Amino acid sequence: MDQKQRSSFTYPPRNNSPKESFNPNYDYPQFNSQNRTESPYTPSQFFNSQAREWDPHALLSNLSFLEQKIHQMQNIVREMIRTNEGQNCNTSELTAQRQLLTTDLTSTIIQLISTAGSFLPTIRTSLLSGNAPIPQLGSSILSASSAPSPSAYQPNPSPDYEELTKGWGENVVESAGQIQIEDLDVKEGEDVGQDGDTLPIGSYEVLQLEKEEILAPHTHFCTICGKGFKRDANLRMHMRGHGDEYKSPAALAKPAREPGSQPIPVKRYSCPFVGCKRNKEHKNFQPLKTLLCVKNHYKRSHCEKSYTCSRCNTKKFSVLADLKTHEKHCGRDKWLCSCGTTFSRKDKLFGHVALFQGHTPALPSDEVKGKNEEINDKDDSGGVGYNDGDEYLDMKGGYFSPMVNFDSFSFEGLDEFSRTTFDPTENSFSFLRSGSPDFARKDPGN
Amino acid sequence: MEPEKRMDKRIRVDLNLEQNPISPFESLSEEVLFLILDLLNSNPLDRKSFSLVSRSFYKLESCHRRWLTPLRLDLLPSILTRYSSISHLNLTLCSRLTDVTLASIASLLSSSLRSINLSGSRSYTHKGIECLAEKCFNLEEIDVSIRVDLGDEVAAAIGKMVKMERVNMGRCKKVTDLGIGCIAAGCPNLKLLCVKGCVGVTDLGVKLVAVKCRKLQSLDVSFTMITKKCLPAIMQLPNLEEFCMTGCLGIDNKAFVNLKQGCNSLQALDMSNCEHMTDSGVLSILQKCPNLYHLNLASCSSVNVSILSGLKSMCKLGSIKLDGCKVTASGLKSLSNSCISLKELSLSKCPGVTDEGISVIMAKHKDLVKLDVTCCRYITDESLSAITSSCTSLVSLRMESCTKLSSEGFRLIGQHCPKLEELDLTDNDLDDEGLRSLANCHNLVSLKIGICLRITDNGLIPIGQSCPRLRELDLYRAIGITDKGVSAIADGCPHLEMINMAYCTNISDESLKFLSKCSKLCIVEIRGCLQVSSVGISVIAAGCRLLSKLDVKKCCEVNDAAMFSLARYSHNLCQIHLSYCSVTDAGLLALACLGSLRNVTMLHLSGVSPKGLATALLMCHGLTKVKMHSSFKSSIPRALIEHVESRGCSFHWMYKPFQVDFESSELWKQQSHDLFVE
Repeated sequence: MDQKQRSSFTYPPRNNSPKESFNPNYDYPQFNSQNRTESPYTPSQFFNSQAREWDPHALLSNLSFLEQKIHQMQNIVREMIRTNEGQNCNTSELTAQRQLLTTDLTSTIIQLISTAGSFLPTIRTSLLSGNAPIPQLGSSILSASSAPSPSAYQPNPSPDYEELTKGWGENVVESAGQIQIEDLDVKEGEDVGQDGDTLPIGSYEVLQLEKEEILAPHTHFCTICGKGFKRDANLRMHMRGHGDEYKSPAALAKPAREPGSQPIPVKRYSCPFVGCKRNKEHKNFQPLKTLLCVKNHYKRSHCEKSYTCSRCNTKKFSVLADLKTHEKHCGRDKWLCSCGTTFSRKDKLFGHVALFQGHTPALPSDEVKGKNEEINDKDDSGGVGYNDGDEYLDMKGGYFSPMVNFDSFSFEGLDEFSRTTFDPTENSFSFLRSGSPDFARKDPGN
Repeated sequence: MEPEKRMDKRIRVDLNLEQNPISPFESLSEEVLFLILDLLNSNPLDRKSFSLVSRSFYKLESCHRRWLTPLRLDLLPSILTRYSSISHLNLTLCSRLTDVTLASIASLLSSSLRSINLSGSRSYTHKGIECLAEKCFNLEEIDVSIRVDLGDEVAAAIGKMVKMERVNMGRCKKVTDLGIGCIAAGCPNLKLLCVKGCVGVTDLGVKLVAVKCRKLQSLDVSFTMITKKCLPAIMQLPNLEEFCMTGCLGIDNKAFVNLKQGCNSLQALDMSNCEHMTDSGVLSILQKCPNLYHLNLASCSSVNVSILSGLKSMCKLGSIKLDGCKVTASGLKSLSNSCISLKELSLSKCPGVTDEGISVIMAKHKDLVKLDVTCCRYITDESLSAITSSCTSLVSLRMESCTKLSSEGFRLIGQHCPKLEELDLTDNDLDDEGLRSLANCHNLVSLKIGICLRITDNGLIPIGQSCPRLRELDLYRAIGITDKGVSAIADGCPHLEMINMAYCTNISDESLKFLSKCSKLCIVEIRGCLQVSSVGISVIAAGCRLLSKLDVKKCCEVNDAAMFSLARYSHNLCQIHLSYCSVTDAGLLALACLGSLRNVTMLHLSGVSPKGLATALLMCHGLTKVKMHSSFKSSIPRALIEHVESRGCSFHWMYKPFQVDFESSELWKQQSHDLFVE
């Protein structure tokens, strides 16, 4: 993600807008799974502070920046159309442009969401007091997040906040028109395996992150420049650039837990997708163990598979790592059955052949094809006929040296008898070594 | 048959003279003639004589023949039109067999052919096999072994033969699981599969065979990379009787210890050279395969026999091979206690075998039939007395190089083992008295008394007089033997097929004259018999028409005359060793006319010129292996050598200095024993 941001254009105009207001999360401590539950804020404090710091000027400047960005993208698209019509399609150039567009779109969406995020808490206060038209806004966020590239959302800090948004999200789902809920937990077995220990229900705390939170590329943000990071350690490294006060060993050290604090309860995660087996509402709820499990599960099960394998162009993945794993063995070692089914692994092919009657493993097609061509070549040049006598006689070509007396050979057999007069010498039978199986077995020459 | 043939000819001539068209043979019905033909199996020339009687006999013989082993390919088309009902075709002697030939065979013998053996034949590819698969729908057996370059295509072609029952693909190194998978999926009736030495075959392929071919009775996966993974599937085969996994280094103890189910039908298991097998694994398989009869543990150096004491006495094992294993007296004791129905035991090259161990075994197993104690150098007459006193029904006894035995022991053999058919006393301290007592074994078929320097005619003559069934006699370096002894053998043993008289320096042409009476003789080794000349060889050639192997190395008196006789009579000769003989170009050329000749060793032939040699090589179409002195390599045109090689012949260029004399047998034996001590 860092690379994408660097490759596109400059980051939000932070100079002409108060940073705090641009990103409401700046006020919070850095969030990770540990300190999230320890968050000292109460909901009321939280919302009050948010409400107090919301600035319409900042919102306006953000929106104008977005407008500018959309113009830029329009220009790029026009350019692409122009080159396409010019028929001089340079594919590498085209893909570069496409990539640029994707990154731009992504960052725009991030911007939009973060802008909306800064706006949200204020609305939510009004939501608490009375029914505002929130569902519409919620659904717009939903549709934004279902864009082809993984969309981002500012991480929501406290569980209390989560509680609030959860109810809200459920509202959204219901109002979005009864989405057919299926239990499409594709990699369920894997997730179960990751769980390892099965804790008794109630012995752990269940956390549920929102989908935007799950899909956010970064969870740690710089309070000064707003840059996002996947890891807290990377952020601390980054902070050194902002001044000497961040270079002290204490600032660089991993934030330690307070010694006197209560032992952290065991945490398990719930998938926000209602109806999923990993959702805590499910009757056979199976919690996810780590944040990574949540991320991978959500992407695999409830997101569009946006990564397509460039080799086979059929396999699609929603997790980039899955695509990379697939690409490692895609296209190599095609194991083929006579029924036309292909397998990536030999043991799978043999399992298939063992299961079905009449199926046989097929040899690699290019090899067989080569051999067939060879036969055809011979047919053309030498006239090899295997079928009947006439063609048979044609076979005494150059490569048929061992059969010397083919001229005299006739298929009728009767003529042959009359020609073969009784030969008193031993020679005519010399080629017959033995007439009995017994002798052949005992033949010491073998 | 010889006299009868002559009679036939005479009768035909008489009939012609009298202008009488009706032959007395015409009155015999076909059934009678077929019955006669059924019995004409011992000598292939008999059938030939039969077919020469008349045209109807000729036709009948053509209809009757089912087996064919052609020596050359050039006459094959006419042969196959004559013998149209051949069902078993053995092409192992035809080294250069092309796809076109296979295609013609396929179209000529389409419905009758059931078995074809292509082992060792070169030049054919999968296309030929595909022709067979297409035309010969009754084919049940195929042998494509020893084709290192054949790959999965051939296996795939075999997989198209639905009726296929027996497949041998030994040493087809390029065959992989895919090929085996094709056979497994395509041949549901498979009963025998040999993939010995197919290094590309792994668990997957073998497993598929076990899953698909439920009728499998015999499986040979020797020298492949299989591991324990395929064993459960194999053990579930309901009809498996024979399982051979020699030299499977991937098989270890766990393979059998963890096996849940054994195979009830399994009778023979060969685990020789499985170096990672140890006691617990062997014990486990014995417990899981209750009907096992043959067990081969040769060269499983980690197996200790004493583990067998853990077995119940219900063990049905009848034949055990422990060659080269750690064997102790206590181990043999537990073996004898647990394997109550033991019939065959092989302990060759087990250094731990002592008199005590042998006595323990013999006390329990009185109906032992075969015993092999080759190279058990510590056993003495005491063992022999234990063996002979209890095992009177012994049929085969091999005790090569048991040097501590004395004539008293051999006398016991002669006294107590009248059923003995096979006896190997090579390199023992056998003397005339002992040999004479062996004459009591009237059923002897094979007697090997090579390197017994003390025996003379006095010992051999009684053998010839009382062992009429003798077929194999090995007198290698038995220097005391002379023509007299050999004449007794020739008189008394008409079924003799093999005789080795190498370095019996007292043998002369007379011996060969006597031996020419043995019409079934096919292997004659007279290496280093300096008195033998062309006369003797000529007599043998004329008398023993089945001669297939002849070793006349260092018989300096043998010259072109012998070669002419061989060329005239010995149409079955396929291997000859001519080094140091006085043969010239002419003799060599005569010999080269023999179409059957495949293997020639000719070093130090002073009378042969490079030109003669080249001509002979060109003429001899059937050659597969030639050993020559490396000095000829430069004088024979490179192109000619390549041409001969392209016909399927391989050259072995030897560099050995010319030896004027050879050491005496006493010295030679002393040297070989010194070698052992070191």
